[in-house]
Amino acid sequence: MSVITVNEAISQALAEEMRRDPAVLMFGEGVATKRANLVAEFGAARVRNTPLAEGIIAGTAVGAAATGLRPIVDLLFAPFLCFAMDEIVNSAGKLRYLSGGQFKFPMVVMAMSGAGWTVGAQHNHNLEAWFVHSPGLKVVMPSSAADFKGLLKAAIRDDNPVLFFMDLALGYQAGEVPAGEVLVPLGRAATLREGRDVSLISYAKTVHHCVAAAETLAARGISAEVIDLRSLKPLDEAAILASARKTGRVVVVHEASRLCGVGAEIAAFVGEHAFGALKAPVRRLTGPDAPAPASWPLEQAFVPQADAIAAAALELVAARRSAGPSPRPSTEGAVSMQA
Amino acid sequence: MRQAEHDPSPLAMLETMMLIRAYEEAVAGIAAGGTAPGTCTSVGQEAAAVGVLRALARRDQILTNHRSAGHLLARGADPGRLIAEVLGKRTGYCKGKSGSLHISAAELGVVLTSTIVGGELSLATGVALSRTMKPGDDGVVATFFGDGAACEGVFHESLNLAAMWSLPILYVCENNQWQAFVHRRETMPVEHVRTWAAAHGIEAHTVDGNDVEVVHAAASAAVARIRATRKPVFLEALTYRTRGHYEPDDQAYVDPAELAAWRARDPIELLAQRLRADGRLDDAGFARISLRTHAAIDEAVAFAKASPFPELSELVTDVYA
Repeated sequence: MSVITVNEAISQALAEEMRRDPAVLMFGEGVATKRANLVAEFGAARVRNTPLAEGIIAGTAVGAAATGLRPIVDLLFAPFLCFAMDEIVNSAGKLRYLSGGQFKFPMVVMAMSGAGWTVGAQHNHNLEAWFVHSPGLKVVMPSSAADFKGLLKAAIRDDNPVLFFMDLALGYQAGEVPAGEVLVPLGRAATLREGRDVSLISYAKTVHHCVAAAETLAARGISAEVIDLRSLKPLDEAAILASARKTGRVVVVHEASRLCGVGAEIAAFVGEHAFGALKAPVRRLTGPDAPAPASWPLEQAFVPQADAIAAAALELVAARRSAGPSPRPSTEGAVSMQA
Repeated sequence: MRQAEHDPSPLAMLETMMLIRAYEEAVAGIAAGGTAPGTCTSVGQEAAAVGVLRALARRDQILTNHRSAGHLLARGADPGRLIAEVLGKRTGYCKGKSGSLHISAAELGVVLTSTIVGGELSLATGVALSRTMKPGDDGVVATFFGDGAACEGVFHESLNLAAMWSLPILYVCENNQWQAFVHRRETMPVEHVRTWAAAHGIEAHTVDGNDVEVVHAAASAAVARIRATRKPVFLEALTYRTRGHYEPDDQAYVDPAELAAWRARDPIELLAQRLRADGRLDDAGFARISLRTHAAIDEAVAFAKASPFPELSELVTDVYA
């Protein structure tokens, strides 16, 4: 066991997988510049800088993946994925199916997003739900150093295209990572804290806000379970259902906006499959339907924080199912939090 | 027929062009009858497909697009499995999941067909990158696209990266004058796409795309250059889409004089006349080829029509590896 940052965990995962498999290579804008250690160990052919052109970076990865390589591309900030949507969604996601299974696309697309760097909406936009909605793709968004390492390694070994989202706020966050091989399977959620009264389901940085909220709730005698989804596709539906049935109360928390977000899927899924176990309506705490602002207080207000999560959980615990509709609508960022 | 796919003799190239024409007309006929979806035919562009494909070796790969039947047939694809794919049948190259628009055939080295205009340009760099990672490999990756794709941003991204990374790509621009329903003159300030390719520092040529012997000679030279230098070469074949964007299409938007001028330079007629003029082909010989190619297509249509549709369980297979 050692304590390393998320960035170090990513670096370890890349080096270990490139060492293990000569088909793994990495390219993107500034990749060779920023990862000189990988260039030194694996050579310039396997670690490349590219022109600043996300479409061709992603497309090149798709073509390479279909013909025997296992590319990792770093597209930097998630909004830049908009320039690569054809290659990721139309090619990587569809050409296996459209070809009747003739090709596979073992590739990883890395991108950063989320509040924390005050970079504004063209560098900070949590787009993960777009890719969850697109067939043929897998999507992961970890919250801890160990999961960053283990999920990145698993993503590189997966035979499908994987979108690997890195929350901007977490890069320098340190965490314990086991010694030796660390592999975290895609599609498996982690229960960070067991609880009886309410389930707090989240991913990426808001997982930490849920943990803080759970501590606040514990001090008030409420036992909150915290589920870190880690993978958004495949989604660990079994873990979600088990927790919802156990506690009967679910709060879904994410920084991405509410409409058609991952929380909408979870709420609907729980409603379809665990309705009888619910003691209160599912609540969603999300970012607002607004571009991410740069100003620090606004950027922080964009993100569901621990106090709002604890408050939502308290309301659910206080509500009786027979009392009728939800005491408050789902909460979206600063505007409704102040309402 | 299929064993002739690497025979660069004019007669063999003529026969393949006639096979493509018979195929396209048969598929257009099925579409007109309402029992198949409309396809994007390559009628009028057969020389570009056959001339380039005959210059490639079996170890080379191609990427193509929605107007792909010529490339596939010139590569030796089974017309029966192609038509089966168009009809959505289980025996098609892609189990009926592609339809006509994105047929690939890995067994023939036809990889990653994309119907997104310019899509194949974004993928060819990766296929070529794989080849550069194999020590001693001298393979060529040929990618087919039109003047429409050249107006996509990714065209420039692809050529730029191929030049910078020294990727063994033969860019084949079939400049067929039409970008769906818009004439190239409305969208491009230059006559030839070649000038855009040359601006990226890539060796670029424009040739008469309706003369299969000219295309074949230019493509052979380009392939030899790519094998030797491992650098991309750009080849623009000037040609004309003599049928509509897809079937059926009344082509009311087409200038009849322009269409007539290009039809007068039909690639099949052009070669047949040359062969007749120097005694390498006579009427009986031409009729024999016509009979053979039409018989092959008739058989292909019968095979495709008799083939079963996919099981409904196929709806959700092949999504993930």
